[in-house]
Amino acid sequence: MSRITTEQAIHQALAEEMQRDARVFLMGEGVATKRPDLLRDFGAARVRNTPLAEAIIAGTAVGAAASGLRPVIDLLFAPFLTYAMDALVNSAGKLRYLSGGQFEFPLVAMSMTGSGWCVGAQHNHNLEAMFVHAPGLKVVMPSTPADFKGLLKSAIRDADPVLFFTDLGLLHQEGEVPDDGDHCVPLGEAVVRRAGRDVTLVSYAKTVEVCLQAAMQLGAQGISAEVVDLRTLKPFDEATVLNSLRKTGRLVIVTEASGLCGMAAELAALAATRAFAALRAPVVRLTGPDAPAASSWVLEQAALPSADAVVQAVEGLLHQAVAEPAVLAAS
Amino acid sequence: MSAAATVPATVRRLETMLLARAYEEALVELQHGGAPGTCTSVGQEACAVGVVGALEPRDRLLTNHRSAAHLIARGADPGRLMAEVLGRVDGYCGGRSGSLHISARELGVVLTSTIVGGELSMAPGVALAQKMGQGEAGGIVAVFFGDGAACEGIFHEALNLAVQWQLPLLFVCENNDWQAFVHRRETMPDNAIAAWAAGHGLAVRTVDGNDVEAVHAAASEAVAGIRADGRPRFLELVTYRLRGHFEPDDQAYVDPAELARWQARDPLQQQADRLLAQAALDSAGLARLHEAARARIAAAVAFAQASAWPDPRALTRHVYAEQGDRP
Ligand SMILES: Cc1ncc(C[n+]2csc(CCOP(=O)(O)OP(=O)(O)O)c2C)c(N)n1
Repeated sequence: MSRITTEQAIHQALAEEMQRDARVFLMGEGVATKRPDLLRDFGAARVRNTPLAEAIIAGTAVGAAASGLRPVIDLLFAPFLTYAMDALVNSAGKLRYLSGGQFEFPLVAMSMTGSGWCVGAQHNHNLEAMFVHAPGLKVVMPSTPADFKGLLKSAIRDADPVLFFTDLGLLHQEGEVPDDGDHCVPLGEAVVRRAGRDVTLVSYAKTVEVCLQAAMQLGAQGISAEVVDLRTLKPFDEATVLNSLRKTGRLVIVTEASGLCGMAAELAALAATRAFAALRAPVVRLTGPDAPAASSWVLEQAALPSADAVVQAVEGLLHQAVAEPAVLAAS
Repeated sequence: MSAAATVPATVRRLETMLLARAYEEALVELQHGGAPGTCTSVGQEACAVGVVGALEPRDRLLTNHRSAAHLIARGADPGRLMAEVLGRVDGYCGGRSGSLHISARELGVVLTSTIVGGELSMAPGVALAQKMGQGEAGGIVAVFFGDGAACEGIFHEALNLAVQWQLPLLFVCENNDWQAFVHRRETMPDNAIAAWAAGHGLAVRTVDGNDVEAVHAAASEAVAGIRADGRPRFLELVTYRLRGHFEPDDQAYVDPAELARWQARDPLQQQADRLLAQAALDSAGLARLHEAARARIAAAVAFAQASAWPDPRALTRHVYAEQGDRP
């Protein structure tokens, strides 16, 4: 174990996987410049600076993946993914299927997302749900340095295209990370970060910490909250969510992304369709607004679900009987 | 002694063009009977046969929605192609791609895209994999696209990257004057494609795309050049879409004089006339070629129609990797 940052964990994962598999290579706008030791260790053929052209970076990754390489592309900030969307959604996500399984697309597209840097809406946008909606893609959004390393390694080894989102606010957090070159966190497995009895808080990425803080505050009042970190949004771990929900009977979903048609909606639907009988109160979603991200610190923070808001939501739920579910549903 | 060995390459090229034409004419017939509409390449067969004939089995190719002649020139079985178009299990992609996105790994036909320009976005990656040792030694990659695709921004991104990274990639623009229902003259200056490509600093040639021998010669030279120095080349093939954008399409929007001018330049007729004039073929021989193509296609239609529908239970297979998926 070493105590390192998310940024270092990502770097370790890249270096170890490039070492392990000669087919893995990295490209993007400035990757060779910003990762000189990878350039030194693996050479310019495998650490490639690209033109400023996200569509061709992604398209080239798709073609290379179909032809035997295992590209990792760094697309910088999530809003730039819209330029790369055709290759990712229409090609990487669809052509395995359309070819009847003749071709596979083992590629990873990394990008940074989320609030915390006051960079405004064209650099900060939680787009993960768009890719969850696209068939053929997998979507990963870790919350701890150990998971960043372990999930990125799994993503690189995976046979399918994976969107790997790094919440900007987590880049410099530190955590214990296994040094082991085979530290892989499997895709599609959620983790219970804190066990509890009274309510389930489900989240991913930066808002996991918000839920943990809320759980601590709730604990001080004698309310026991369980915190589930999804880690992988697609495929997502229904079993862990359902097990927790069947235990607690209450569900609060917390995401920074806007609520409309997002992961929170999906989790609410899961609860309603698969664990209705276990629900002791309506499901609550705490999400960002359906608005572009403002850059002013105050406005940016106002868009995020806070620990206090989670605490309030849980307190409301505990006073809510199943007999009158309609009241809170709109909140 | 095999008969094939004695047939001159010029005659084989005519034979392949006839096969592609017969295939698409049969499809048009089937479409009158309710089969899914397709984008035919009638009138553009010389481009396909000229270029694909210049490639070797170790080379890879990418194509677009108007792919039938490319696939047939590559040696695709017309029965399996037709089965794919009709959505049957014996198609190259198990009936999942239809006519618009057919790929055939065994033929080196990778990643057919019906997103206009999608093939251009992926081609540098296929060529990069080749350059980084994933293909067969010395292989190159060819990508076919239309003049409409040349208006997409990705055209420039692909050319720029291919030149900067020195990728073994042959860009083949089949400039057929039409972009679905918009004439090329409404979207670009007359010599735009070659000029745009040349601006990226690679060797560009414009060739009569209805003359299969001219196309073949130019493609052979370009392919040899790419094999020698590993750098991309660009061919603009000037041709014309003799049928509509897709079937059925009455082409009411097409200037009849323009259409007639190009009908008089039908690439199959031109090659037949040339071979007759050279006495490489006599009229009885030509009739036999026509007949043989029609017979092969009739058998293909029968095969395709006899092929089973896919099992609906397999609807969500191949979305993600499964055990044992990989050939
Ligand atoms: C991105 C995209 N936009 C529009 C279309 C609809 N469309 C299909 S084919 C076509 C025309 C393409 O023209 P061109 O590239 O010249 O190829 P051609 O059909 O002439 O062979 C269009 C507009 C599409 N398939 N993809």
